[in-house]
Amino acid sequence: MAEQLITVDGNEAAARLAHKLSEVMAIYPITPSTAMGELADAWSAAGAPNLWGDVPEVVEMQSEAGAAGALHGALMAGAMCSTFTASQGLLLMLPNMFKIAGELTPTVFHVAARTVATHALSIFGDHSDVMAVRAAGFAMLCSSSVQEAHDFAAIAHRATLESRIPFVHFFDGFRTSHEVNKIAPLSDDQLRAMIPDSLVTAHRARALSPDRPELRGSAQNPDVFFQAREACNSHYAAVPSVVRDAMRRFAELTGRRYDLFEYRGHPEAERVAVLMGSAAGAMQEAVDELVARGERVGMVTVRLFRPFDAEALAAALPASVRRIAVLDRTKEPGAPGDPLFEDVVVGLARRPAPPLVCGGRYGLASKEFTPAMAAAVFAELAREAPKREFTVGIDDDVTHLSLDVDESFTTEPPDVVRALFYGLGSDGTVGATRNTVKIIGEHTDLHAQGYFVLDSKKSGSMTVSHLRFGPRPIESSYLVQQASFVGCHQFGFLEKVDVLERAACGATFLLNSPHRADCVWEHLPVEVQRQVIDKKLRLFVIDASRVARDAGLPGRVNTVLQACFFSLANVLPQDQAIAAIKAAIQRTYAKRGPEVLERNFAAVDLALTELHEVDVPAAVTGDIHVRRPVPAEAPDFVQRVTAEMIAGRGDLLPVSALPAGGAFPVGTARWERRDIADELPRWDPSICIDCAKCTLVCPHAAIRMKVYSPDLLAGAPAGFQHKEWRSKEQPGMVMTIQVAPDDCNGCGTCADYCPAHSKQAAKHKSIDMAAKNGGLDADRASWEFFKSLPEFDRTQVKVGTIKGSQMLEPLFEFSGACAGCGETPYLKLLTQMFGDRILVANATGCSSIYGGNLPTTPWSANAEGRGPAWANSLFEDNAEFGLGMRLAVDNLAGAARRLLAELEPQVGADLVAAILNADQSSESGLATQRERVAALRSKLAGAATPQASRLRELADYLVRKSVWIVGGDGWAYDIGYGGLDHVLASGRNVKILVLDTEVYSNTGGQASKSTPRAAIAKFAAAGKRTAKKDLGLIASAYGNVYVAQIAMGADNAQAVKAFAEAEAHDGPSLIIAYSTCIAHGIEMKTGMSHMKEAVDSGYWPLYRFDPAREAAGEHPMALDSKDPSIPLRDFAAHEGRYTLLARSKPELAERLMTLAQEDVAERWRLYRQLAGVERHTPDESITKVAEAAPAAAAAEEELP
Amino acid sequence: MTADLRTTYMGMKLATPLVAAASPLTGTVDGLLALQDAGASAVVLQSLFEEQIKHHELQVDSILESFTDSFAEARSFFPSLDAYNTGPESYLHLVEQAKEVLEIPVIASLNGVTSGGWTRYARLIEEAGADALELNVYVVAANPRTTAAEIEARYVELIGDVAGTISIPLAVKVGPYFSAMANMAMRIAAAGARGLVLFNRFLYPDISLQRMKVMPTLHLSSSEEVLMPLRWIAILSGQLDISLAASSGIQSAHDVVKLLLAGADATMLASALLRRGPAQLKQITGGLAAWLDEHEYASVEQLKGSMSQAASPDPGAFERANYMRSLVDFTVASPDPRHFYARRDPIPWD
Repeated sequence: MAEQLITVDGNEAAARLAHKLSEVMAIYPITPSTAMGELADAWSAAGAPNLWGDVPEVVEMQSEAGAAGALHGALMAGAMCSTFTASQGLLLMLPNMFKIAGELTPTVFHVAARTVATHALSIFGDHSDVMAVRAAGFAMLCSSSVQEAHDFAAIAHRATLESRIPFVHFFDGFRTSHEVNKIAPLSDDQLRAMIPDSLVTAHRARALSPDRPELRGSAQNPDVFFQAREACNSHYAAVPSVVRDAMRRFAELTGRRYDLFEYRGHPEAERVAVLMGSAAGAMQEAVDELVARGERVGMVTVRLFRPFDAEALAAALPASVRRIAVLDRTKEPGAPGDPLFEDVVVGLARRPAPPLVCGGRYGLASKEFTPAMAAAVFAELAREAPKREFTVGIDDDVTHLSLDVDESFTTEPPDVVRALFYGLGSDGTVGATRNTVKIIGEHTDLHAQGYFVLDSKKSGSMTVSHLRFGPRPIESSYLVQQASFVGCHQFGFLEKVDVLERAACGATFLLNSPHRADCVWEHLPVEVQRQVIDKKLRLFVIDASRVARDAGLPGRVNTVLQACFFSLANVLPQDQAIAAIKAAIQRTYAKRGPEVLERNFAAVDLALTELHEVDVPAAVTGDIHVRRPVPAEAPDFVQRVTAEMIAGRGDLLPVSALPAGGAFPVGTARWERRDIADELPRWDPSICIDCAKCTLVCPHAAIRMKVYSPDLLAGAPAGFQHKEWRSKEQPGMVMTIQVAPDDCNGCGTCADYCPAHSKQAAKHKSIDMAAKNGGLDADRASWEFFKSLPEFDRTQVKVGTIKGSQMLEPLFEFSGACAGCGETPYLKLLTQMFGDRILVANATGCSSIYGGNLPTTPWSANAEGRGPAWANSLFEDNAEFGLGMRLAVDNLAGAARRLLAELEPQVGADLVAAILNADQSSESGLATQRERVAALRSKLAGAATPQASRLRELADYLVRKSVWIVGGDGWAYDIGYGGLDHVLASGRNVKILVLDTEVYSNTGGQASKSTPRAAIAKFAAAGKRTAKKDLGLIASAYGNVYVAQIAMGADNAQAVKAFAEAEAHDGPSLIIAYSTCIAHGIEMKTGMSHMKEAVDSGYWPLYRFDPAREAAGEHPMALDSKDPSIPLRDFAAHEGRYTLLARSKPELAERLMTLAQEDVAERWRLYRQLAGVERHTPDESITKVAEAAPAAAAAEEELP
Repeated sequence: MTADLRTTYMGMKLATPLVAAASPLTGTVDGLLALQDAGASAVVLQSLFEEQIKHHELQVDSILESFTDSFAEARSFFPSLDAYNTGPESYLHLVEQAKEVLEIPVIASLNGVTSGGWTRYARLIEEAGADALELNVYVVAANPRTTAAEIEARYVELIGDVAGTISIPLAVKVGPYFSAMANMAMRIAAAGARGLVLFNRFLYPDISLQRMKVMPTLHLSSSEEVLMPLRWIAILSGQLDISLAASSGIQSAHDVVKLLLAGADATMLASALLRRGPAQLKQITGGLAAWLDEHEYASVEQLKGSMSQAASPDPGAFERANYMRSLVDFTVASPDPRHFYARRDPIPWD
C-alpha cells in the first residue's frame, strides 16, 4: 500500500501520536510547545478519538506545575497520559517528575526543547530545559527531525508502558517544532501493532483503586528510603533494550530503522562527533561531504540519552576512532563539562585506551548550526592539540573558546530549490509559504521543507520564510544560505534589510513594488542594484498591494505573491501549480465562505497578468541607500551593539560586545526609528481643545504634548505647530501636540479617540490620520525641535489629572507592542506619573516582551538619568519578585535612616530632622527631599568613616521609591495567583497593575480564568462556560488593600485618579486595567473608544475600593460607572471573540450570552450593595510602629 | 352569511389575504408559530441579506487572518472552529424548520447585491423547501453617472437570472421610486416574476444629535402609507398577469379592504404586528369578514379589483398626482382638498 505522506510541523507530528495514545492530557501553553496542546485540545473538541475509540480529556491548568500534578493524579488513577511543555514549564513540572518517575509510572512528556531563562529570557531552542530535569529519573529520547518527532513519539509511548519508566521525548524548539516537512504518518494499525493491549492492561492493573486499595506516596525514614530508592535499578537497566526492541518493532512496521546511538560516516573514521537533536541534519551533510573528500570522519547521533547506555555507544563507534567531539546544546556553568560530554566521557572511560574526548557547545537559543560549523569541529579535532572545551557558532573574544569557521564550506546540493521570502507580520507571507510547502509536499513527489523566522516585535515585524524543495528527504536543519529564489514582499524592506544577502548567483528576485517594471530601478537602493547586477539576478516586479486591493483583500499580498512564486520557480507546471494553489485556498478558506474564496481566487488570477520582468541595467544609478540602523548621534553602546542587532547582524557580535549578567542600557527604542506607519496623525491646532486625550491613549508614546513658554518658539522649524494653552494654572503658555514620525505605528487610536470635531465638517477632527506622503523631513525637524523643548516642572503640575499627567514626560516610549495595544497606555501613564522613582517587576508575557525584548527597550530615563528600574524575572513569581524589591528598598531605606541618625553630629540636626520627617507625598516634597539628599551627600563628601561611606551608598534610599508589580491576567489570575495573593496579604507597600486582556495574549489567546463567559479562546473553543474570576472582589476582601478597576478609554479621569490613589495608599494596591487586545477580535484603532461600551454594558464596572475612605467616614467601595445602559450583546457584537462563536454555534452562543448577561446583572447588583457597605479595618499604624521599633532602638543604642 | 376569505397568491391558495410580511417576527420559529396561530395565511420569512453574509465572511476572515503568523510565540489568536456560519446556513435552517412546523405556505425572502449571490442563495432556499421566494431589490442610485436605464436593466437581468434558477414562484418586492413604475412592473413580470410586492420600505439615515453620528433608522409604518401601494395596485391590477401584494402601512381591516378593492391578491403586514402583536391578525381578519358580510360581498375574490383603475368609475383619480383644480371634471365630484390635508397625504411640494 502506497503511503500517504503528510506535510506538517514537528509539533503536529508529535502531538498527533500523543493524542492518539492518551486518555488524559493536562496542559499549559508555553512557547514553542503551545501548538501541541492547542492541537490536542482542538482534536478533542472536534471529537477525534484516541486509538481505543475514546476522546482524550484535555484540560488546561493554571500552570505547568498544575498540569504535572493533574497528570500525576490521572496516571495514578489508571489513565494513559501525556503532556507538552518546554523551558520554565518543564522546570515547574520537576517536583512531580521526580514523583512520577519514583513511582515507576509510564507517561511521555513531549518537549519542544527551549532555553531556560538565565541572564535573559529566550523563547528559542536548546537543551537547557531537558538537561535541567535529567536528574528526575525520566528516560530521555531525542528526535532530530519532524519525521522522528512523529516516530519517536510512538516509540516513547511503547517503551514507557513496557519499562514503566516515564519518558521525556524532546526535539529542538522552533528548528524541529516549527519546521514544516514531508513525513510518513503512522496508521492506526501500525500504532496498534506498536502498543500491545497487554501493556495497557498492565498499566490499568497498577491503578490506584478503592476496589483494591494500596498505600501510595508513603513517607519513609532513614531505615528504608535508600534501599527502596535502589529498588528501581532493574527497571532503568532494562530501558535501553526496551527502547531498542521498540525501535526494532517500529522498523518491522514502517521500514524506518533507528538505534540508541547511530553512526554515520567513514567506516574507519578517526574523528567522530557525538551530538543529538536537529543539529544532526547539518552534521550529516558535513560528514558526507568530508568523507567524499576523503576525510576519515564520522558522527554518532544520540537517540536515547538517558538511561545512558555506554556499551551501546561504544558499539556504535568505529574501532578506528581516535578523537571525539561531543557537542552539547546547553551550558552548565562551572561543570567540568556539559551533560552529554560528561556522559560520553564517563561511558567511554571503561574502554581500554579511550579516545580523546573534547566537549563543545553550539546552538544556544536556536543559534544557527551549519555544516560549516560542523566542519570546523572536525578541523579542530584534526589539530595537534585540539581545544578540550570549545564553542562553535559565535566569536568568543573573551575566553577564546570559539572555533574559527570557514564560511565557504557549503553542502547545499544543486538539485534542491531554495527559496527565501521576506514578509511583514500581517501580510500573510508565512501562511502562504507554509501553504506552498504543503502544496509541493502533497501534490508532487518532491520533498519539501519550510522554516519560518519570526520577529518578537508585535507590530511592523519582519518574517523570513526559508523553503527547500528537492528529490530526497530534506534534513538540512539550518537556514537557507544560498537561495535560488528571493521574494521580497514589502518594498520598504529594501532600505532596511539586506534581502539579497543570501541570494545565489543567477537567482530569481521577486519584488512587490509600487513602481512599474520600467521605472522601478531608480527606486532601488544602490546596494540592492549592485547585488542584482553582480549576482546576475533576474528581477521581477508586481504591485501585489494593488492587485490584492483590486481583488478585495487589501493588505493581503500573500496569495498574489504565492502565485507569482509558482509562476517563476518552475517547481510545478504553471497550470498544475495554479490549480493546486486554488485547491489550497479552498481548503484554507472554504469554511469562511464563498466571498472570501472568490476574492482569493481573483487575487491568484490577477497576479499572473500583473507580473513583469525588469530589464536590469548594466550599472547602478541614483542615490538611494540602505539606511543606517540608528542615527549617528546615538550613544556608543547603541552604535556598537544595538545597531547591529537592529540591522540583523547580531550573530556577528562577539562575546565582548555583550554585557555579562544581562544588564542593558534603557531608552534604546528611541534610536530604532522603525518608520513602519502607513499613516500618521495630523494635528489641527485651530480646533484642538487642549484635552490631551490623544497623548493619554497613544499606545506607543508617539504623540506627545508639551506646554512651554512662547519665547521658546524662536528657532522653531517651518511647519512647527503650536497653540495657546488655555489654563489658569499655567497662564501665558503655549502647547504643541507633536508626532514622532519614525516611531508612530499609525494605529489611529489617537484620531479615533480625539473628541474635537470641526464645526464645518464633522469628519475632520483635531487629530486626523493622513497618508505619509513622501519625505518626512519636515516632521522629523519638528520632532527634533519638540524634543529640545524643556519638560514641564513636575512640581508645578497636578499629576493626578489627565492634563497634568500628560504634561509630564513618558519614560516608556515606542514599544514594539501591537499597533493599538490596550496595555501600553497604562504603562506610559504610570511612568509619566511616577516614573522617576519606581521599580517595576514585570511578569513574563506580552509586557515583558515589548518591554524587554532586545534589541531595544521602551523603558527610558529622564534628563536627570532617573527612570523606571525595570526587570522581568519569570511568569509565575512576579508578585514575589516585586515584594522582594520592596523588602530590599525598605530595609536599605531603614539602614540609611539609622545611619543618618547616627551621623547627626556631622550632618547637622536640622538636615537630619528634615530628611527623616520629610513629607514625600507630593512632587514638590520629593523634589525638596532630593535637594536635601544632595546636601547630605555634599556634607558627607569628605567624611572617611565607614558609617559615612555606607550612608553615601544608601542616601538615595532616603527618597521615597515605589514598587510596581506589573503583568497580565495569565500571571495574576492563574499561574502567579498564589504569589499575588500572598503579597496582597503581606500588607506591604507594593502596587500591582494587572493589564487584563482576559486571555493569554503572548502565547496566542489561550483562556485564562479572566476570560469571560461566552467568549471563545483557545482551550475554550466552544465558548468559556464559566464566569470570569472576580480578582478585585477577592483582593478587596482583605479590607486593607486598595483595589481599582479601570478602563482608560471609558473614563480617563477615573483611571488617572486610581493610579494616584494606588500610589498614595500606604499598603498593597491592586489596579485591574481593562486592556483591549488583538485576541479580542476588534478593530484595534477603536480599542479605547470601545472600552466605553464595555463599561456602559456593565461588563466592566469601574470602581475604587479605598480603605482610606473609611477614615473620612465614607464607605470604602465607590462605584465610578453608571448603571448598565446597553445590553451586553451590544458590546459583544463588536468583538470577534464573541461573534465567532455566534457564527459557529449560534444556539450555544445564545445560551452562553444569556448567562453572561446574568453575570453582568448579578455582579452589578452585588457591587451596588458593596458600595453601601461600611467597613472598618483595624488601624495598622500600631503594627507599623512595632516593626519600626527595633530599628529605632538599635539606632538609639549606637548613638554616642 | 360568512364571506369566503380565500385568495390565490402566485398560484398558492391562501385561507385569507393576510400574510405576515418579513419582520423580526418571522425570523424565529416561535414567532412564525404565533403568526400561524393568529391566522396568518402565509409568512414571508425575514430576509437573507447577501451583503450581510458577505460582510460576516470578510469580518471572520479578517479576524482570523489579521495577526496570524506575525510573532514567534503565537501563530494565531483564535481557536479553529468547525465552521463559521457566516453564510446562509442559519437562514436555510430557519426555512427548513418553518416548513416542518407550519401548515401555511412559507415564502423566503432574499436581499441580494450581486448576480452570483442572488442565484446561489435562491437555489439554496428552494432546496431548503420554501414554497416561494420573494426578492428584495433595491439600489441607492448615488452615482451621478449611473442612469436609471442601467439600473432598471440590472433589475431585469437579476430577476431573469433568479427566475431561471428556481422553479418555485418568485415575487419581487420593489420600492416606489421608478420614473416609469408601470413599465418597470411589466418588465419585472416579463423577466419571470409571478408576483409583485408593493412596496418595500427602506432604512433612512438619521443624524443623532446626542452622539453626532449618522444612524440608520426605520420607523414603523402607519395607515397613510397604504395609499401609495393602493394607487399602484389599482393601476397595475388587470394590466399585468401576475399576483400583486400590498405591503406598507396596513394597520386595519379597512386598509385591507381598500387594497383588495384596488386589486391586491394579498396584503402583507409587519408594522401592525410589531406594534400590537401577532394577535392583531385575528382582529383584522375578523374585521375583514365583518366588512364583507356587512357590505354583502360573498368572497374576497369578488371584492378583489372591483375598484381598480380599470374597474373604477373614476380611473383618472388614480393618476392624479397633484392637487390641480384645472383637472377637475364637473361630471365627477371633485376631491375635497381638506380631505387631502386631513389624511396628511404626502404632498410633493411639502
